[in-house]
Amino acid sequence: MSSKKRKKDGPIDFTIDGQKVQAQEGWTILETARHYHIPIPTLCYHPAVHPWGSCRLCVVEIRQDGRANVTASCLAKPVAGIEVLTDSERVQNVRQWVLEMLLAECPASQEIKELAAQHGVTSTRFAITDPNEECLKCGRCVAVCNEVVGAQALTFGSRGVKKRLETPYRVPNNMCIGCGCCVSVCPTGALQARLDTVRGDISRRTGHGFAH
Amino acid sequence: MKKIKDVSEFQELRQTLLAAYDPDQPVARVCLGPGCLALGAEKVSQTFKSALKKKKGSFKVQPLIKATGCHGFCSQGTLVSLAPLDLMYVRVKPEDVPEIVETSLIKGKAVERLLYSDNGTRYKSAAEIPFYRAQQKIVLKNVGVVDPLDIQDAIRSGAYQSMAKALLEMSPDEVLKTVEVSGLRGRGGGGFPTGYKWRRAAENARENPGPAYLIANGEEGDPGAFMDRAIMEGDPHAVIEGMIIGGFAMGAHEGFLYVRHEYPIAIQHLSVALQQARALGLVGKNILGTGFDFELHLHRGAGAYVCGEETAIIASLEGRVGEPVVRPPYPVEEGLWNRPTVINNVETWANVPHIVNMGADSYTNLGVPQSTGTKIFSLVGKVKNSGLVEVPMGISLGTLVEGIGGGVPGQGRFKAVQTGGPSGGIIPYELRDITSEGVKQEPAKAVPDEKKGLSVDFDSMAKTGSIMGGGGMIVMDDHDCVVDLARYFLRFLHEESCGKCLPCRLGLQGMLGFLDNFARGQGTPEDIDALESLGQALVDGSLCGLGRSAPNPVLTSIRYFRDEYLAHIVDHKCPAGVCRDLITYSIDPETCDGCGLCAKHCPEACISGKKKKLFTIDTAACIRCGVCREVCPVDAVLVA
Repeated sequence: MSSKKRKKDGPIDFTIDGQKVQAQEGWTILETARHYHIPIPTLCYHPAVHPWGSCRLCVVEIRQDGRANVTASCLAKPVAGIEVLTDSERVQNVRQWVLEMLLAECPASQEIKELAAQHGVTSTRFAITDPNEECLKCGRCVAVCNEVVGAQALTFGSRGVKKRLETPYRVPNNMCIGCGCCVSVCPTGALQARLDTVRGDISRRTGHGFAH
Repeated sequence: MKKIKDVSEFQELRQTLLAAYDPDQPVARVCLGPGCLALGAEKVSQTFKSALKKKKGSFKVQPLIKATGCHGFCSQGTLVSLAPLDLMYVRVKPEDVPEIVETSLIKGKAVERLLYSDNGTRYKSAAEIPFYRAQQKIVLKNVGVVDPLDIQDAIRSGAYQSMAKALLEMSPDEVLKTVEVSGLRGRGGGGFPTGYKWRRAAENARENPGPAYLIANGEEGDPGAFMDRAIMEGDPHAVIEGMIIGGFAMGAHEGFLYVRHEYPIAIQHLSVALQQARALGLVGKNILGTGFDFELHLHRGAGAYVCGEETAIIASLEGRVGEPVVRPPYPVEEGLWNRPTVINNVETWANVPHIVNMGADSYTNLGVPQSTGTKIFSLVGKVKNSGLVEVPMGISLGTLVEGIGGGVPGQGRFKAVQTGGPSGGIIPYELRDITSEGVKQEPAKAVPDEKKGLSVDFDSMAKTGSIMGGGGMIVMDDHDCVVDLARYFLRFLHEESCGKCLPCRLGLQGMLGFLDNFARGQGTPEDIDALESLGQALVDGSLCGLGRSAPNPVLTSIRYFRDEYLAHIVDHKCPAGVCRDLITYSIDPETCDGCGLCAKHCPEACISGKKKKLFTIDTAACIRCGVCREVCPVDAVLVA
């Protein structure tokens, strides 16, 4: 976007977990971290689409001028001289709770269970409403359908805990071109079953999910 | 009405209107604010009109009946104020109207029984009533005075004078400077410096030539808050004028009034005001012949609380789902249709004409250095004088609640004040005596000292863990349970969460789960710590202000009232007698006089007894609704 142009062009120097890093113009903190192989867990982030910031798993703590702020690294643009912490106490607190929420939100997802276990979260204090749920409403499928495919066949309906992935106005539509992009970008394979009904379950044959 | 071509025509119109005004003409202003409307003010206003018709010919000057916006003293509605007699009648019923017409409008005398009285004193003029005495009406000056549906009445009272001053006598930069120097801060709750916001938007629009937009945020969804509503309903021209001045200062030519669907009267009044202003040429092309164009559109919100968040308003105006997006970029950089956009609260816009009119220096004399001007609060809850108040910033909490509000009705002290709506926090009674320097003042006096005690301004309020917020102020007494209150606000936000980000969507549900348990006497003390840590995760992890501030009522109530939480969990008792699973009702045999009212009103018919003898409650069948306690004339119903 033209209006996005900042006055300060060129690379930005800052630190992530004490390590000196340099971000190219336009990079987010997450992109910079990935460039330097500094691990930050993500779920809703996908390089093919605009960051959406819904899963909040990628939060980092930013320290600047004596102030500290926790924010999503997939959306935050670095400023010269900031200190980014990917594993501070506040970040860990958010991450632990988000993982617990995820375990309750999509209890059927093997991917989520593994991710949570990697961070030491194996049980949840939140109520599970649907034990068969795999969708975490991260918005990847909606974004890829809108931004990459341009079909706009998917959207979210309702709000709050009632939020659901739907077709616009909850009616079948012919905007879907059947490309399968939504299925392939899904981090948990929640849309897999739809595709499987058409072409058979690949994971049963290969032992691997289609999601990655 | 003819279109006004230049400023001399405008001033001519005002002079004509002023000349036509007869200071001896009796005027009765009937409050049609939300509170009075609910009490039947419409009928009072109509009765006035028909009574005048009947008495036609008995007046020296035919009186005028004005249906106005909120007078503020909601607990005493329906309110009728009379000029030039300077009388204020309270609790007026339609049947009182003939007497008012006969005694006051014809004979010019007061109807004593309708005057406000307190502790044996009768107050004739509104200015003498303690509720009004400590107030300073700047923004609300015309609310309750002018007829909001008549632009001529507004112009007579000075509307659009500041606009004329800004457009003709000042440069855009001078207006910007005036707002900057005035120290005006966002009245929606954030307290962001308005002048700085305007400056940024103006610079961004200059660097990137193209349109800039203004938005008035009238999506006032906090439970128990009605400040913006009163302004929009009672003085819609102030908002319009403020936005035109803002447009001039920032070089913006288009603005949007975003008003929630649940305010039909505000929408009606604003749209009539817009129509009339447009007909006069005060909105539209070439305003007052200065060559400055400004167009305003009225947009109805569709009923989502989150659309009070500025990025969600933008999404909603653009036709997208009202969900917030991450800032930065801030709206002043990339707002509506990716153009610099300034979003201010209705009250902030309504302050602007007054700042231009009185000048930045006089405005800074109001309030305290870091929070200048006045603030409107809606004072509700367990307070004697509930209503809409406008006070200078920096007034002490004690003066506000106990002085103006008259304290808790009947008995001693308030327990806490919940400020800032669902995103705000709970401030306990004890803090009312703490000054911003942290010094405890002498014990409370009957009429608290105005300058002492917790200062009500943006920064002092933030220090307590609460926020100033939009101006909702809910007073609680010993019969209010903090766990229950926190639960109430949490449930509201849980309903209103857009569900975009996980911490807000599921986190609020999780927090609610903890509180539901506590209210049933379940849980462990460790759960309180877990709740605090989850709350902190929401504060840090949520995407927008709704989720980031949602835990505030819970976190502040734990901070100040941990004992009450523990009482629920450990002792399985609700000290305030609110949480139904933890209380039992009984009748005190000593006090019960056997009137039987409780048995008559009990919906479960579980109270038995004989007249003049003791009544008893069947605890097993009791649903703990509390009706018996409410109706008991001798306070014999006990809750434990």
